[in-house]
Amino acid sequence: MDDIRGMVLLLPGLQLLIDVLRESGWTVRGPTVRDGVVVHAEIESVDQLPAGVGDLQDGASYRLRERGDGAVFGYVVGPQGWKSLLFPSRELLWSGHRTGTEVDVEPADVDAPRLALLGVRSCDLHALEIHDTVLAKRAVPDAAYLSRRENTFIIAVTCSDPGGTCFCVSMGTGPVPDKDFDLTLTELVDQEGHRFLVQPGSDRGEHVLDELMTRAVGDEVLNAARTDRCAAALVGSKAAQRMGRSLDTDGLRDLLYANAEHPRWDDVASRCLACTNCTLVCPTCFCTSVEDVSDLSGTQTERWRVWDSCFTNDFSYLHGGSVRPSVRSRYRQWATHKLASWVDQFGTSGCVGCGRCITWCPAAIDITAEVGAIRSGEG
Amino acid sequence: MAVNESARSRPKLAVWKFASCDGCQLTLLNCEDELIPLAGAVEIAYFPEATRAMVEGPYDVSLVEGSVTTASDAERICEIRKVSRRLITIGACATSGGIQALRNFADVSQYRSIVYAHPEYVKTLERSTPISEHVSVDFELHGCPVNSSQLLEVLAAFVQDRHPRIPSYSVCVECKRRGAICVTVAHGTPCLGPVTQAGCGALCPAYSRGCYGCFGPQDTANTQSLADRLRVLGMDESQTLRIFRTFNAGAEPFRTESARHEEVAP
Ligand code: SF4
Ligand code: SF4
Ligand code: SF4
Ligand code: SF4
Repeated sequence: MDDIRGMVLLLPGLQLLIDVLRESGWTVRGPTVRDGVVVHAEIESVDQLPAGVGDLQDGASYRLRERGDGAVFGYVVGPQGWKSLLFPSRELLWSGHRTGTEVDVEPADVDAPRLALLGVRSCDLHALEIHDTVLAKRAVPDAAYLSRRENTFIIAVTCSDPGGTCFCVSMGTGPVPDKDFDLTLTELVDQEGHRFLVQPGSDRGEHVLDELMTRAVGDEVLNAARTDRCAAALVGSKAAQRMGRSLDTDGLRDLLYANAEHPRWDDVASRCLACTNCTLVCPTCFCTSVEDVSDLSGTQTERWRVWDSCFTNDFSYLHGGSVRPSVRSRYRQWATHKLASWVDQFGTSGCVGCGRCITWCPAAIDITAEVGAIRSGEG
Repeated sequence: MAVNESARSRPKLAVWKFASCDGCQLTLLNCEDELIPLAGAVEIAYFPEATRAMVEGPYDVSLVEGSVTTASDAERICEIRKVSRRLITIGACATSGGIQALRNFADVSQYRSIVYAHPEYVKTLERSTPISEHVSVDFELHGCPVNSSQLLEVLAAFVQDRHPRIPSYSVCVECKRRGAICVTVAHGTPCLGPVTQAGCGALCPAYSRGCYGCFGPQDTANTQSLADRLRVLGMDESQTLRIFRTFNAGAEPFRTESARHEEVAP
């Protein structure tokens, strides 16, 4: 651990980091409070960060709480995720214009701003990796996703206070970021004060640290001491002990395949609202549909790609009707895709244990409980 | 042979009103930027709300607003159906009976005697019913009032002879796509979004209010499960009954759900 470069930032040092990134042309997107929830927005100042804000999460329930310690990363993931920035909910693909019998088709411009994502959790890093596989590494990559993805700088953060619906430990995806970041932070709040251990994960990250060292005028940026490193290591190991949920993944794929007719699917179908919230908040769900929009005269047309979900009836519409008219078949599709067929399709689980689908399900349906019931043979 | 666009006669559009507040017709009039192109694409043949000029039928497309509440309404809609090639109903009144369908749950003669000085002059049916209970309908556009972009989409689809792109999934889809915060989960506010059809763009949740169900039931409305959640959020039986009994009280999933709470409500 000691061989990896490490520096300690005080809050003004974090501000300096934001300044340096902004001056290098990055728009910093980070956490802030809106409508009682931690969301991400453009961040110019550390004053916008959710100081002393924690969250209480459970099935169908999310509330902020006052932590009393001034920590700015003391919350866990909110509903939004980073998906909406790299894979927007609505995106123009092309527009067309008809003159007489001639049709001109114009591909849409790709908007790929340089974004520095501040406060990315380990589960979401794994979700990004999954989206890279699904969207960028396929035979024909999603060009818009790829150009946005190449324009991101990632500042990860170790989770210190896991939420009531988190289960990244079960999925092997957290709580300590282990790859795919430019910088990673661990927030420390103890008798030594409020500070952040920052470590690089890429050459770009190294350069930013050099810049911070050069620019610092006081003690807002220091070389990390051994005690800081030890304290930081403890943050992650303690967090790993305090997961709100767990999921036994042993033989999970085969378990689900073998239980396609389990009565538990009927039970969950009686509660499921087929509302789609679980899929839309899930950082790995990638399903979309296309919408063609034309004006009244039929001369101007646009093709949009929008987020879709396997919980809608039309999602599985083939000629003559829907393949999954029942909610039972839709919930089973979701759970089985996430935890079983995803492995066959992409080589990993489709679930990173972020807990969003549990917190943001208005019916408090919990994928860990549903799968647990199937494993234990409950009806 | 090339089709001469301008020589082809424009389809004739008629707009009819039954028991309603006129809000849906006004939605059409409020499509300011699109009215001129609309007048170019269709011949507005009968639309008393907008113009006194009236062209005789038959019509290529009829938009029908409002519900059937009188015996003469019931006759008139049959006549309209006969002179309309396509008949499209617009709004909660026309598609589910509207707010006036609250009478379906009560004794109309009692209402009449309380509300009117001379109840004997008021001739009305026992129930307010959607147009589809009387004649066959080619497309139903939901909403109280309908959404103007959806209305134009339905008209464009008609003119271009294709199926309208009107989703029947829940309001939650629009809510999440626009990045609104779920009021149920984050604030504990009751919301009908999960059982309601999209179309409004999740207007109320975007302003931190629960959905009132203006667009009627979504295609897979699990109202019973939602009612269980409303109880968890603190609503009692009579509140649950009332939340399902508003503009779309007569829509089947909402009607049955409200009835379920009638049995137990004090
Ligand atoms: S399935 Fe649920 S817990 Fe797993 S990644 Fe998706 S939202 Fe997170
Ligand atoms: S779970 Fe459903 S919405 Fe998500 S990726 Fe799979 S099929 Fe698509
Ligand atoms: S599991 Fe929950 S969030 Fe997902 S569709 Fe069903 S009710 Fe909605
Ligand atoms: S606020 Fe209402 S419409 Fe929006 S996600 Fe929550 S339940 Fe659905």
